[in-house]
Amino acid sequence: MLRFILTRVSLVIPTFIGITLLAFFLIRLVPGDPIETLAGERGIDPARHEQLRKEYGFDKPVLVQYGIYLGRVLQGDLGKSMITQEPVLSEFSALFPATIELALCAILFALLIGLPAGILAAIRRNSIFDHGVMGISLTGYSMPIFWWGLILILVFSVQLDLTPVSGRIDVLYYIEPVTGFLLIDTLLSDEEGAFWSAVKHLILPTIVLGTVPLAVIARMTRSAMLEVLGEDYIRTAKAKGLSRFRVVALHALRNALIPVVTVIGLQIGVLFTGAILTETIFSWPGVGKWLIDAIFRRDYPVLQGGALLLGVVVMGVNLLVDLTYGLINPRIRHNR
Amino acid sequence: MKKSALFAAICVPAFLAAAPLAAKTLVYCSEGSPENFYPGVNTTGTSFDASEQIYNRIVEFERGGTKVNPSLAEKWDVSADGTVYTFHLRKNVKWHSNKNFKPTRNMNADDIVFMFERQWKEDNPYFKVTSPNHSYFSDMGMPKLLKSVEKVDDSTVRVTLNQPEAPFLANLAMMWASVQSKEYADAMLKAGTPEKIDQEPIGTGPFSLVQYQKDAIIRYKAFPEYWAGKAKLDDLVFSITPDASVRWAKLQKGECHVMPYPNPADLEAMKKDTNVQILEQPGLNIGYLAYQTTKKPFDDVRVRKAFNMAMNKKAIVDAVFLGSGVPAKNPIPPSMWSYNDSVKEDEYNPDAAKKLLAEAGYPNGLETDLWAMPVQRPYNPNARRIAELMQADLAKIGVKAEIKSFEWGEYRKRAQAGEHQMAQLGWTGDNGDPDNFLHTLLGCASAQSASGSNIAKWCYKPFDDLVTKAKVTTDQAERTKLYEQAQVIFKEQAPWFTVAHAVQLKPVRKEVVDFKLSPFGRHTFYGVDLKGK
Amino acid sequence: MTAETMEAPAVAAPTATPPHPLREFWGYFSANHGAVAGLVIIIAVVLVALLADVLAPHSPYVTDTSIALKPPFWQEGGSLAYPLGTDPIGRDILSRLIYGARLSLLIGIMVVTISIVVGTVLGLVAGFFRGLTEIFIMRLMDIILTLPSLLLAIVIVAVLGPGLMNSMLAVALVILPHYVRLARAAVITETSKDYVMAARVSGAGTTRLMFKEVLPNCTAPLIVQASLGISTAILDAAALGFLGLGAQPPSPEWGTMLADAREFVLRAWWVVTFPGLAILVTVLAFNLLGDGLRDALDPKLKR
Repeated sequence: MLRFILTRVSLVIPTFIGITLLAFFLIRLVPGDPIETLAGERGIDPARHEQLRKEYGFDKPVLVQYGIYLGRVLQGDLGKSMITQEPVLSEFSALFPATIELALCAILFALLIGLPAGILAAIRRNSIFDHGVMGISLTGYSMPIFWWGLILILVFSVQLDLTPVSGRIDVLYYIEPVTGFLLIDTLLSDEEGAFWSAVKHLILPTIVLGTVPLAVIARMTRSAMLEVLGEDYIRTAKAKGLSRFRVVALHALRNALIPVVTVIGLQIGVLFTGAILTETIFSWPGVGKWLIDAIFRRDYPVLQGGALLLGVVVMGVNLLVDLTYGLINPRIRHNR
Repeated sequence: MKKSALFAAICVPAFLAAAPLAAKTLVYCSEGSPENFYPGVNTTGTSFDASEQIYNRIVEFERGGTKVNPSLAEKWDVSADGTVYTFHLRKNVKWHSNKNFKPTRNMNADDIVFMFERQWKEDNPYFKVTSPNHSYFSDMGMPKLLKSVEKVDDSTVRVTLNQPEAPFLANLAMMWASVQSKEYADAMLKAGTPEKIDQEPIGTGPFSLVQYQKDAIIRYKAFPEYWAGKAKLDDLVFSITPDASVRWAKLQKGECHVMPYPNPADLEAMKKDTNVQILEQPGLNIGYLAYQTTKKPFDDVRVRKAFNMAMNKKAIVDAVFLGSGVPAKNPIPPSMWSYNDSVKEDEYNPDAAKKLLAEAGYPNGLETDLWAMPVQRPYNPNARRIAELMQADLAKIGVKAEIKSFEWGEYRKRAQAGEHQMAQLGWTGDNGDPDNFLHTLLGCASAQSASGSNIAKWCYKPFDDLVTKAKVTTDQAERTKLYEQAQVIFKEQAPWFTVAHAVQLKPVRKEVVDFKLSPFGRHTFYGVDLKGK
Repeated sequence: MTAETMEAPAVAAPTATPPHPLREFWGYFSANHGAVAGLVIIIAVVLVALLADVLAPHSPYVTDTSIALKPPFWQEGGSLAYPLGTDPIGRDILSRLIYGARLSLLIGIMVVTISIVVGTVLGLVAGFFRGLTEIFIMRLMDIILTLPSLLLAIVIVAVLGPGLMNSMLAVALVILPHYVRLARAAVITETSKDYVMAARVSGAGTTRLMFKEVLPNCTAPLIVQASLGISTAILDAAALGFLGLGAQPPSPEWGTMLADAREFVLRAWWVVTFPGLAILVTVLAFNLLGDGLRDALDPKLKR
C-alpha cells in the first residue's frame, strides 16, 4: 500500500519540474515587458529602462535566471508582482478562495442536477425524458460559456432585475475576511442580509461555470449506469425479486459512481479554464481574472507563479483521485 | 448564528434597500485595482484616484480646476531669480493611524524632505522599495532641476533649483508629490516590512484606508481630524468594476453613485434616465493618427494632405465616440489657452484627395499600414474601430491600408522607433501648458530621440523655432502668439490627422451633491455630499 | 473546455461478419436521429461557407455609419435589407456570420488536422519505442494537461502575437495530448495482437508496421475524436477571440465579432446574440455527429 502511494507521489516530481520549466521559459518568450506597458504614452528613456531591467534581474543569462527562480520556488518564494510589488503567493491566497467558492458551487450545482438526471435517463432508456436529458446536456456541453454568461446577465440581471450584475457581494456590507469564503464569512459576521447578498451574487456565475460539468456528469452517469445495469449481478438481483428501487439505489448506483467520481476529479482542470472566462464576465475577484490581467500587463512573476500554483492544485487533485481510486479498487493498486 | 442569517435572508430582503450602514456612504464604481498606494511610482489614473483620497501634497490643484492652491504649505516665498522656494508648512496637520502604527507627531518638514529624497536619492533606504521607477519625478525633469531640499526648521522647507522653472509649483501639485509619513516609514523599516507604507498607507488626507481587497473593493473612512475639517461623507467605497456596461447597470440600480469612463454606447440610455445626470467637461487631450514623415510616401506633404482629405472625420467621431468626443482640427484641445480657432480644417473631399494623390505621383493609389492601439485610452475609446473606418475611407481613393496592432508596451516602443507608416496615438495633458503638447509631441528634440513622443518623426524648422522660443518666454501674451502661429504651420504641413478631443463624461446619480470634474481626470471626494440622508 | 475524453471510445476491433462495412455503418448511424441532424447542419454550414459570395446580401467589410446598429427585421426600425440587423459601424450581421462560417470551419479543420497528424505520430512513436522516448513524450503531455488549457493557449498566443493563424496553433497544441494518448493506447493494444506479431516475425520494419498495419486499425477512435475535436477547436478559438487574442477585427470570426460588439450588449442585444448562437449551433452539430460516429463505430455499444 505504502509503496503504491510512494510511487504515485514520486511521479509528480518530474511533472512539477516540467511545469516550472514551461512556466518560466514560455512566459519569458512573451514579447513586451511591464516597464514598457506601464509607461503608457510617455514612454521611458532607454538608459533608465536598462537600469530597471537590471533591478529585476533580467540582464542575467536566462538559465541562471531559471536556476535562481527554481531555488526560490523550492523555498516557497514565488517572487513579487511587478505591478503591485506584493508577493505572488499572498495575492494568490487572497484571491484563490473566491475561485474555490465559485468552483465548488458549480460542481455542487452540476452534481445536484446532473446525477439524478443521468440516473433517471438510464433507467428510462430511450424514453422522451432520456432523449431530452441527452439533448440538453449535449447543448450544455457545446455552450460557448462566455456568451452564455452575457445572455444570462442580459435576461436575469438587466431585463428581469432578479440577480446582481457582478461582484461577490453588495459593497455596502463590511465583511472581515476570515476564511475568504464569503458564504462562511457572512454567516460569521453580524451584518444582516449579507449572506443572502452573497448567495444572490453566486447564482449566475455558478450556473455559467457549472453548465459544462453538468453536461459531462449527466452523460457520464447515464452511460455508467447503463453499463452497470447490464451486468450479471444486477440481473441476478432483479431475478431474486429485489425491488427496482433497491436494485438501482444499492447495487447499481454504488458501482456506477466510481467512474463518475473520477470524471469529476478530472474536470478540475476544465473548471479552471471555465473560471477564467466566468470570472472575466462577472468581474469575479478570483485567480482566473488575476491571470488574465497579468497577461495583458506582462506581469511575469504573477503569470509564472499563478500557472505553477494552478498546476500544483490540478496535480494534487489528480493525485488524490488516483489514490482514492486505488484504494477503492485494489486491482489497480496491484497491477501497476 | 446560521439560523438568524437565514431568517434574515428570507424575511428581510425589503430592508436591503435601506443601507446596512446608516452613515453617509458614497459608492464609486471604479474601473480597476490600484497598483499600490504610493503615487510616486504610479502612472495610471486608477492608482492615482485610490491614493488621492488619502494623501496631501505641498500645494494642490483647486477642486475642478488647474489653479494651484496652498495645502500642506500654507504659504511660500520665491527668490527674485526664481530658483529658491521657501515653503512655510501648516501646523497641526494630523496623520491617520492603523493597526500597525500610531503616529506620535504631526506632519513636519521631515516628511516633506522624505517625499523628495525617496524619489531622488538612490541611497535613500526607500528609493527601491515597491519600485525604483519614479516615473513622473523623472518625466518632470526633477533629477536635473533640483539642487537641494533642506529642512530649515520643523515647519519650513527650502527647495533650491538649478535654474528657474515656471511650472514648478504646478508640478508639485501633481500626484507624484504626495507626502507620506517619515515616522511610519522609519517604523516599518525597523520592522523589516518597508513595503507596508505603500500597501497600508498612512496619510494626512480627508479619508483613511479601512480595507482593500484586490479586484473587489477599497473602503475608506472620513478622517475626523482632517486639517481642513471632516469630510461631509462618512464612508467612501470604491466598488471595483472593470466592465463599463456593468458599471452603468450598477449606477442605474443605485448600487453606486458615481462612475468613470462610461461606454459611449450607453450614453443615449443614460441621458434618458431621470435619476442620473451626466457631468461633462472637455478633456485636456488629443487623439491622432501620425504619418511617419521621414518615410515614403509620407515625406511628401501632398500625400499627407490627400490622406487628411480622404478620411471622413465627422463620421468617424460620430460612430466611435458617440457623442463623447469632438472632432479635432488642432493638436491642442479647445479649452487650452492659445488654441487657434481661426485655423481652417481640411475639408472631407475624396475626389480632391484622389487628384492630389495623383499629383504626388500615386495615380493608382498605394499600399501602406495603419496601426491601432490594442487598448482603450482616455482620448480614444476604440482605436481598432477607428482604424476600420479609416481603412474603408482610404479604400475609396485607392489606398490599401493594412491594420496592424501589437501588445501595448511594444506598440508604443515601435511607434517611437518610427517603424510604422501611419499610427494612431494620443496624449493627455499633465499641467495644462501648450508646451506639454506642441513641444513634447511635435518638436525636433522629441523627433530625434528614440524615446521621444514625436512619432510622426516630424522635425520642421519653422515650427520648432516657434515652440522652442515659446518655451523660454515668460510673457503669456507673447507665448500665445507664438503658439497660434505654430498651429497654422502644423495644419499646413499636416504631420497628423487630428482625430478628436475626448470629452470627459461622468454619469452621477442625482443625490450626489457638488461633485466636480477635474480637468486632469482625477476623482476627488472631499467636499462631495449626499442628499436626503 | 477540452473535455472530449467524456467517454473515451474503445478501440474498434475489425468487424467480423460483414454485410458491407459501409452499409452496416450507415445503418447504425442513420438510426441515430441526433447524428443525422448534426450531419445535416454541418452540410448546411459547409454549403453556406462555400457559397458565401452568392448568399451574403452585403459585403462583410463595408461600413456605413449611417445605418449603424439597425435591429433585426422583425423589430421596429429594422428592415429586410439587413435581416439580422447591423453592427456598431453599419456592417450587415448576417453577411458577417455567413463569411464567419468559413473561418470557423477553417479553424476546426486546421486545428484538428494539425493535432491529429502531430498527435498520432507522437503517440505511435511513444507506443512503439517505449522506454525513455515514451516517458518523455507522455510526461510532456501530462504537463500540458495539468495547466488549464485556456491559460496555456493564451500564453502561447501572447508569445506568437494575436491573430487567426496563431490562435489555431495555440488551440492545436492544447488539445494535442488527447490524440497522443489515444494513439499510444491503440498502439499498445494492437502491438500485442497476433497480426502485428506475425508481421514483425515476417520482417516488417518498424515504420512500415506503424503506418501500414497499426495505424489503419486505430482510425475509428481517431475519427470519432476528430469530429469531437472540431467542436472543441471552434469553441476554444472563439474563446480566444472573445478575449481579444484570436482573429483580429475586421475579420468576421464569430468569437471576435462577439468581443468587438460586447460593449453594446445593453443597447443592441442582436450584436451579441447571433454570433453566439452561430457558435452554439455549429459546435452542437459537430458534437452530435461525433456521438453518432462513436455509437456507429464502437462495437461495444452495438448490442
